[in-house]
Amino acid sequence: MKKILVLSTALVGVAFAAQADITVLSWGGSYGAAQNEGHLQPWSAKTGNKVTMVDAPDPAPAVKAMVEAGNVTVDVASVTYADAARLCDEGLLEPIDAASLPAGADGTPAAEDFFPGAVTECGVSTDIWANIYAYDTTKFPEGPKTAADFFDLEKFPGKRGLIKAAKANLEFALIADGVAPADVYATLATPEGVDRAFAKLDTIKSEVVWWEAGAQPPQLLADGEVVMSTAYNGRIFAAAIEESKPFQIVWDGQTYENEMYVVPKGAPNLEQAMDYIRFATSTEGLRGQAALISYGPPRKSANADPIIYKDGKTEMGPHLPTAEANMANALQTSAEFWVDHDAELNERFQAWLTQ
Amino acid sequence: MAEATSELLKTADGRPLKAALAAAQTRARRRAFLLVLPLLFFVLLTFLVPIGYMLKRSVEHDGFAASAPALVAWFGANPGFDPADPPEEAYAALVQDLARMQGEKTTGIAGTRINYSVPGTISMFKKGAREAKDLVPPFKDALLAVDPAWAKPALWRGMASASNAYTSEFYKVAADMKLSDDGWTRGGDKERIYLYLFFKTFLVSGIITVICLLLAFPVSHLLATLPMAKSSLLMILVLLPFWTSLLVRTTSWIALLQEQGIVNDMLVGLGLIDDQGRLTMMYNMTGTIVAMTHVLLPFMILPLYSVMRVIPPSYARAARSLGATSWTTFRRVYLPQTLPGIAAGSLLVFILAVGYYITPALVGGADGQLISNLISFHMSKSNWSLAAAIAGMLLAAILVLYWLYDRLVGIDRLKLG
Repeated sequence: MKKILVLSTALVGVAFAAQADITVLSWGGSYGAAQNEGHLQPWSAKTGNKVTMVDAPDPAPAVKAMVEAGNVTVDVASVTYADAARLCDEGLLEPIDAASLPAGADGTPAAEDFFPGAVTECGVSTDIWANIYAYDTTKFPEGPKTAADFFDLEKFPGKRGLIKAAKANLEFALIADGVAPADVYATLATPEGVDRAFAKLDTIKSEVVWWEAGAQPPQLLADGEVVMSTAYNGRIFAAAIEESKPFQIVWDGQTYENEMYVVPKGAPNLEQAMDYIRFATSTEGLRGQAALISYGPPRKSANADPIIYKDGKTEMGPHLPTAEANMANALQTSAEFWVDHDAELNERFQAWLTQ
Repeated sequence: MAEATSELLKTADGRPLKAALAAAQTRARRRAFLLVLPLLFFVLLTFLVPIGYMLKRSVEHDGFAASAPALVAWFGANPGFDPADPPEEAYAALVQDLARMQGEKTTGIAGTRINYSVPGTISMFKKGAREAKDLVPPFKDALLAVDPAWAKPALWRGMASASNAYTSEFYKVAADMKLSDDGWTRGGDKERIYLYLFFKTFLVSGIITVICLLLAFPVSHLLATLPMAKSSLLMILVLLPFWTSLLVRTTSWIALLQEQGIVNDMLVGLGLIDDQGRLTMMYNMTGTIVAMTHVLLPFMILPLYSVMRVIPPSYARAARSLGATSWTTFRRVYLPQTLPGIAAGSLLVFILAVGYYITPALVGGADGQLISNLISFHMSKSNWSLAAAIAGMLLAAILVLYWLYDRLVGIDRLKLG
């Protein structure tokens, strides 16, 4: 019976999986393209195995549907840190043996080479991305500098873009309200802290344009619909470097998190999937992807030498969330907090939106 | 006379005519049934079974019941326990189950199930399970030392309720209720969302249906009465957008209506509004209604057209020649004949609008969200049971409306084309 429920998902998967030795499910867009070029093709060239990429707007629900239906057609999926934790909790993922991950290019064992939290029971990080905000430099020659400036309608008048979700916004609002990043989740765990975050969002609510897909903020900025917007840093980087848009990122108050490769329970080609993950999260694999999109590699050894963007001249270092200058007032997103509170805070957020 | 009818009519081979006819009809009926069998099977497989499965999901979740046997047994034996102060045996059963969950790796599933009604518990279960095997009696004090939140009455109420795999909890959450320390109560002002969105979804769908009807009626009339060549051209204009991708049409409306969009640029260019006073027509309810009306308009035009096409123009002429004014002719003669088309179009548009998801998500902004957007949220955040419960309520509401419609208009008057 379960099979029927996800028939469409599974059929799409089958159509692709029949062709390939392993199948990787990811987000599509410029991110999927970077993984394709940085991970899939080199691995395929190295091992001779065929590998196919399929896209989903959000891979996590697709993984859940496949595993529950008992018809898993992808071997590796790219999911957010919180989703990796959640799916692992629900027993929907294969555990990954951390000891089998390759040492860094400089010989550092994987356990010491990876950043803290980058390897979990069921997932290995492929990159660190950040929620930042960016503004249009033609609108403000003396631009905003801090998270608090985003909420300052007097100094920087105009519409703002914000993601239509509780996650990322509440943290950002608290940091802008003066809460130290280290105290943000302790504050959010109390009803007063949640009220405080919503009160801060209230101050700009009338000027907000809400976005949902990662491609929207650069578009809203380019159209002049907003003067500044929160965004995923890679999208702003692509618009600013590739398309020479006048966008400037403000790193103050950024929230960053790991993006994970996971293996759905019952993946048809388990051995090859693990080999693919070992390759993709090696120093070489991580650098390969980081040269194509401005998300930071989660290994020390991968950050040791400068990474050059595919245009041949832009050095990636200063554009990565993990650059030291960008980490001054930064917060790592807590998967544990959001696994516990996502539904509750989102209901509150939706209710707040309609008030 | 009486004797003549009592004699049975017979067929050539001597069988009673009535029986022969019945046999022939049975054969025909069986053949007809065999012909529709593939469709029936298809509908069953792709429609009824998934809906049944969805409804089952909305009342069933054994994530906790299956992984906490000791507590299930204890709750079964002590149905009237005091959630504010559960005895030591309850804590002993809990610690035993936590240790078992750790071994079987079911902590996450059980914690997720409880988290649905008592937020913040997944991490408590994980932490408790990690330490469970090292805890020594008295278990109550030992567990409260790990995390004092284990004493929360709401948590014990939640666990007692979840120890039965069948539950009405998800429907309670979908009706804006919260599990507090005193049991299920109405959620706070800042948290209530679902019932309001149900109401709004039906209101917006109703508005869209009315606007569609007002716009479609004259167009359909033109289509039905114009000469063939012109009406074909007009028909293409109706169908062309119908065949275009939904996403393309929705994003086109964004390009037209946004603040720096074409409509606002034109108004500013013509000097009707100044540059500071640009109209906000997108990312709000106006945007949702405009885009959805456009997307759904063909579903109103086509049934109306198919009904109007076969209304003989002589009826209206006869009414006029008998002295009716043009308004009376329309109201008493033409309009009643189009009713089956109006009924079909309205029902189609309304039901499609109630379930609409992608258009409000793209152009709705803060206040343009409909209930389907929340169903999608819970699908993606893996609370499928709550998504199923909301969808179940939506289905029930639609069935009630359908029943009302049948009573008021009559489903047999429906004409879909």
